[in-house]
Amino acid sequence: MLTFLWSLVKAFVVGGLICVVGEVFVLKTKLTPARILVGYIVAGVILSAVGIYGPIAEFAGAGASVPLTGFGHALTTGVKRAIQEVGFMGAFTGGLTNTAAGIAAAVFFGSLVAMLFKPKAKQ
Amino acid sequence: MFDKNAKPSPERQKQLDRYSKLVDALSPKSEMVKCLLRAFWVGGAICLLGQCFIEIGRTYLDMTNAAASTFASTLLVFLTALLTGLGVFDKIGQYAGAGAFVPISGFANAMVSPAMEFRREGLVLGLGAKLFTIAGPVLVWGVSASVVVGIIYAFFPW
Repeated sequence: MLTFLWSLVKAFVVGGLICVVGEVFVLKTKLTPARILVGYIVAGVILSAVGIYGPIAEFAGAGASVPLTGFGHALTTGVKRAIQEVGFMGAFTGGLTNTAAGIAAAVFFGSLVAMLFKPKAKQ
Repeated sequence: MFDKNAKPSPERQKQLDRYSKLVDALSPKSEMVKCLLRAFWVGGAICLLGQCFIEIGRTYLDMTNAAASTFASTLLVFLTALLTGLGVFDKIGQYAGAGAFVPISGFANAMVSPAMEFRREGLVLGLGAKLFTIAGPVLVWGVSASVVVGIIYAFFPW
């Protein structure tokens, strides 16, 4: 039970801090959210490649895997694993294989909701 | 020589007023702290919810760590899509800023919102294309970066 609560605390604090960094970019720069998201995923890929993001993900669980940097981390770990298993072509297969569920879920649920709901009037 | 209590001349007073107005305009500090706190607790809460899903998957559904993590992301994507459809997520986004769009929920929201908006332009070039307005660039740069890392890794594994 205690380890369960501790895992929640870790996820909350680390996930929150990663979002705070994003908010600093929102407030202090003129970057659009789309650019920040692209920056986050590329940062995740690079931080994971140089071995910084792995330990953070190990420590924080969902706190590191739920933010978009975690998506980048999943791309990199997938690519590395695929290269170890199938060789060079893994550079092309691993990333999307490892992130397939998230992308497919977003595409499927996204289009489903877009078909079923009408957009609300903007204030 | 210099009397602190002396009233500044009207000219000087005008200058002082302008200066303090300028300072106020340039340093919305409490506003910034408020935004950061909101981003922190909402972003943290979304990750905490994700961690709950992971623990549920691992403990009750016999999932491996990787499967539980995928399960959590999928559920969060589903919930965000639904809340976006209901018009609730936009309010969370306005309140929390990066706290709402940095987690995977932002990715899902960025897909549903324009798709829903442009649904009336058809299922193919409306819904189908606009689904990737923001997800497209994210995937393009993320996947490309990972392929570059992969090619380097294939030749110089570390």
